[in-house]
Amino acid sequence: MALPPPPPRFVLRGSQSAVNTLHFSCRSEADSPPLLFSGSLSGLIHVWNLQTRRVDTTLDGHAGQSVYWVKILEGQHLLLSQGRDLKLCLWDLAEGRNAPVDSLSLDSVGFCKGSVLTEGTQGCWLLAVPGKGMDEVQVLDMPSKTSVCTLKPEAGAKAGMPMCLELWKPPSGSGPLLLAGYEDGSVILWNVSERRMLSRLSCHKEPVMSLDFDSGRAKGVSGSSEKVLCVWSLDEHHSLKVCRTQELTNPGIADVAIRPDGKILATAGWDHRIRLFGWKQLKPLAVLDYHSAAVHCVAFSDPGRPGEQLLAGGSKDQRISIWSVYSQT
Amino acid sequence: MASNQALILNTMDPELSEVRHTVQEALHTLSSSKDGVQISEALRSVKVYLDGMKNPVLPREREEFSKIYFSTFLRCLVSKLSPDWLELLPAGQLEELWDSFFLEGPADQAFLVLIESIIVTVGLSYPLMKMAQVLSRFLKMGRLAELMWEMCQQKVPRGSSLLQETLLSKVVCLPDHLSNQMKEQSLPLFFPQNYFPLLGEEMIQVLQRISDSLRGGSDCSIFFLSQILAKVCIHGRQKEILGVLVPRLTELTQADCIWQRLSWRLMESVPDRGMEAVVSGLIQEAPGDRVLSRLLGNLVMKNKKAQFVVTRKCLLLQYRYSTEVLQNLLGYLALDSHRRTLLLQVLKDLLETWGSSSAVKHSPVEQQLYVSKAILICLSHLKESEIDHIREELLTAMMGGVQCHIESSLPQVRHVGMIVAETISSRIHLEGPHLKFQYEENKLTRELLSLVNLKPAAASPPASGSPVVPAPAAQADCLSPEGKAHQEEEKDKGSDSDLDSDDELVPYDMSRDKELKNAKAPVYIRDCLEALTSSEDVERWEVTLQVLESLIRRSPAATKEVSAELAKVLLHLEEKTCMEGFEMLRQRALVAVTVTEPVQVAQYLTSQFYAMNYSLRQRMDILDVLVLAAQELSSPRSLEKAKIPGPPEPGVQLLPAPLTPQSNKVPSDDWRRIVEERIKNKTRRFAKGSSRSSTANGPNKFNSVVGYFFFPLIERFDRPLVTFDLLGEDSLVLGRLVHTVGILMYFAINTTAAVPMGKALLEFVWTLRFHTDAYVRQGLLYSISSILWSVPAERLLGDLTDELLETRSWLAAVTENDPDEDCRKLAMQALLLMEKLKDRLQIGSS
Repeated sequence: MALPPPPPRFVLRGSQSAVNTLHFSCRSEADSPPLLFSGSLSGLIHVWNLQTRRVDTTLDGHAGQSVYWVKILEGQHLLLSQGRDLKLCLWDLAEGRNAPVDSLSLDSVGFCKGSVLTEGTQGCWLLAVPGKGMDEVQVLDMPSKTSVCTLKPEAGAKAGMPMCLELWKPPSGSGPLLLAGYEDGSVILWNVSERRMLSRLSCHKEPVMSLDFDSGRAKGVSGSSEKVLCVWSLDEHHSLKVCRTQELTNPGIADVAIRPDGKILATAGWDHRIRLFGWKQLKPLAVLDYHSAAVHCVAFSDPGRPGEQLLAGGSKDQRISIWSVYSQT
Repeated sequence: MASNQALILNTMDPELSEVRHTVQEALHTLSSSKDGVQISEALRSVKVYLDGMKNPVLPREREEFSKIYFSTFLRCLVSKLSPDWLELLPAGQLEELWDSFFLEGPADQAFLVLIESIIVTVGLSYPLMKMAQVLSRFLKMGRLAELMWEMCQQKVPRGSSLLQETLLSKVVCLPDHLSNQMKEQSLPLFFPQNYFPLLGEEMIQVLQRISDSLRGGSDCSIFFLSQILAKVCIHGRQKEILGVLVPRLTELTQADCIWQRLSWRLMESVPDRGMEAVVSGLIQEAPGDRVLSRLLGNLVMKNKKAQFVVTRKCLLLQYRYSTEVLQNLLGYLALDSHRRTLLLQVLKDLLETWGSSSAVKHSPVEQQLYVSKAILICLSHLKESEIDHIREELLTAMMGGVQCHIESSLPQVRHVGMIVAETISSRIHLEGPHLKFQYEENKLTRELLSLVNLKPAAASPPASGSPVVPAPAAQADCLSPEGKAHQEEEKDKGSDSDLDSDDELVPYDMSRDKELKNAKAPVYIRDCLEALTSSEDVERWEVTLQVLESLIRRSPAATKEVSAELAKVLLHLEEKTCMEGFEMLRQRALVAVTVTEPVQVAQYLTSQFYAMNYSLRQRMDILDVLVLAAQELSSPRSLEKAKIPGPPEPGVQLLPAPLTPQSNKVPSDDWRRIVEERIKNKTRRFAKGSSRSSTANGPNKFNSVVGYFFFPLIERFDRPLVTFDLLGEDSLVLGRLVHTVGILMYFAINTTAAVPMGKALLEFVWTLRFHTDAYVRQGLLYSISSILWSVPAERLLGDLTDELLETRSWLAAVTENDPDEDCRKLAMQALLLMEKLKDRLQIGSS
């Protein structure tokens, strides 16, 4: 008889609104505690101290509009947040500051989260956000905010709006690539520097809600509002191919996340449950049933400290559950 | 006879009278002399006529001796038989000589004299033993074959048929005669199980000689052998003799047409009165239809009697043969184009029986099963072209038959009807819609379906050589390219998993990962009522049904307020969605309501049973619910379960903070056990009584309400409604009703109402006792048993004596005459129960 799934390590309450997005920051200097950033429906960004399990700071910069993406830029004390007020804010959190230092206005009204690729050179990074046109993705050079390119499927493609983005740079050293999931259920691989589509894979019948990519194995996973989880791989000719699909009990995946060590895949389900899979073979491992409403996001902590790899799930029930599952392996 | 002989002798030639002279002299010596040497001289002088090789005796003389004097001489020898006489010469010389006359002379006469002498001997005596020994030597030396061969060579002159008849009866009845005379002293060789196989071997020897002589061009008659075979079979020794004959003949007829002809001839010559015994023995013994065909030839076409046996008696009048025998029989009919007309005729006859509603109603289930099997086998043998001709007839027969089968209340009969109808429909419409029934899979249906799927080619292995087995290598080669690609893919995956597996990650229990229901389960009974009646929300409806039973059990007070209404809603509930376990949930909820408020709900349910506008299904549901509720009410355990709710599960937060970590480690149950164990270890006990398991006990809740369950049910069964006629065609429900009241009676044991219930039930049974449906009769018999069980014996015999006596005679009649086996068994059980009751009462009074 298998063990019953463990309870959450602890639960963070107090966001007082549905949690839309989560982001860990554990790799900081030894003196700063591990942090968890959460963006909520009420427009606030909470910075949780994982040692005290309390809110350290609350950031309010989106005029009460839902925040649906937060991301820390390592080593720069820079926090990115994207909200429904069509703004992308840049926060400098060093020395207790809590005001946005810069912002970028967006043109898209969708729910598509942005994606960031840190270039080797100090202070320069690429940002991908949904663009002005319905089906466009815009890639910007930051912090200069100059547009690198606009990626738009050809006229007859009917891909719909982009739903999720993932910028990455292949280890071979060629230019940056962008994986984008679209409204029609397809995943498109773009070559950013050449501005052309490399491959398109129709792997879902419903809009792709979320995707994550493991560049080490050249394998990614996408979830949609249907019952199926799809794992695809990228071959050397930059073409996408479906590896396997995994049937789920209930439909609707809001978020997928691969653990940085490439062992575990977590999904956030509309059925209130977080599911864990082995990433290599997609072996079902656990169903974490704690939340009482749809789970909106899952995030893994950076492998900052060995044996302390945390998983966080944020839900519509206004709670953030923190789990320590398979953290010893 | 003697004077007649003398007359013949006087007119004989002088050489022949020399034989007569010798024999007379020898006879004289035998009767008068006491001198061993003289006697042996005389015997030797006669023996000259037996073995002619060494002696210069004329063939005519030898023939004369064997024809005229031999048996007389043998009789004389038998009469002299005594220990003293045989010891006149030392070293058993005389005995040796005596034996040789019987063993070397003409076999038929020697055999007849021996058997007749044995028959007339009175009591166990030395001559009897001696003759039995000689007879056993006679048999062992293969003289029987000699005997039969001689009979076969004769050209059947009219006069000798008497001899043939005598020989025939003596050969076949030898075991009977011997065991009659010798009682327990009989030799093993004369036991039927040894003698008839020997006879079979000897017959094969004779057949061998006949076939040789036929090859040599001379003619023989096989009639005597057929007669022997028929007689043995009539005596019921088919297994012994055919067990030897069939394998040997199978082997011999394999590739030899003379042997085949011989075998056919052997069977054809069987006299009519033995035909049935021989044919039925053969179809049982033959290892397959091809062998049967080789042995019998076209016997059924030539012989009316054989045809009758094969096409009617074995199939329609009897039902004792196994499925293999049926396959043999019908396969035999199918093997030859002439016989196939018979096969079609057989199928029509079978279908007629199968489709006749009277047969379905009155013949035993086993016979119906037998006929159905035969139909299925016939169908599997028929070709498309043949079915084309009789398509219309098949269709008509099927339509009639399937109806009367499905109407039956015995599930076996229904299943059989369904399968046969399915098979027929699939055969008459090759493409196009087939009949398709729902029946559960069990041993019976599997067996029948295996007959359906049997192809005639597969049914009997090819006669010559081993079946050709395709080489496994060929199969691997003929894989389609897709198949190969698939295989390679599998391989890829395999290697992938070797390098990259998630095996080190042990999965947690995921059994609770069920589909999410959005609807919230109601918490109050009244909410449930509302949800079940008016809710359009299907999910809420389903959730309600799932929690309903536990809600009812948890809150009996609230349930009592709405019990009648709830019962009504549940009874009329229809399956809105394709919900798993709907029937079960509804039934359990209804049972829970009934148990909570027995009087009201039982009144309601029993009244609804006879109300208008219910389906049969609903009426049977009512019966089921009543039975289950009665069971729960009458069992003492249910009370306990209902009273004591489970201990509340302690919430994590509610636990008091532990003072020391150790004390918290032992949960409360554990410390109690540990203390008890310690006490046990340190306590000495001198005697241990058997540990008494505490049986649950409590007041029988059924006692006060049993009347509400029982009496309304048997009140109105004889008043037909427009849509519901218990005594008419709805006998299935009647059967269920009878069973239900029987069960209620059983649960009413130890209640005060048991006596009036028993009385009423006996009357009820009495009115229905000649019902035509076996299922109803089974229920009645069951009810009788539960009356005998539940009503106190003294009251039963005191108050209900007359009824009981009548019932008893009825039971006795059922045990003997009822066509249904289950009925007979049940009646037997009830009778036994009645006997026991009487015994117990007598013991009690004396």
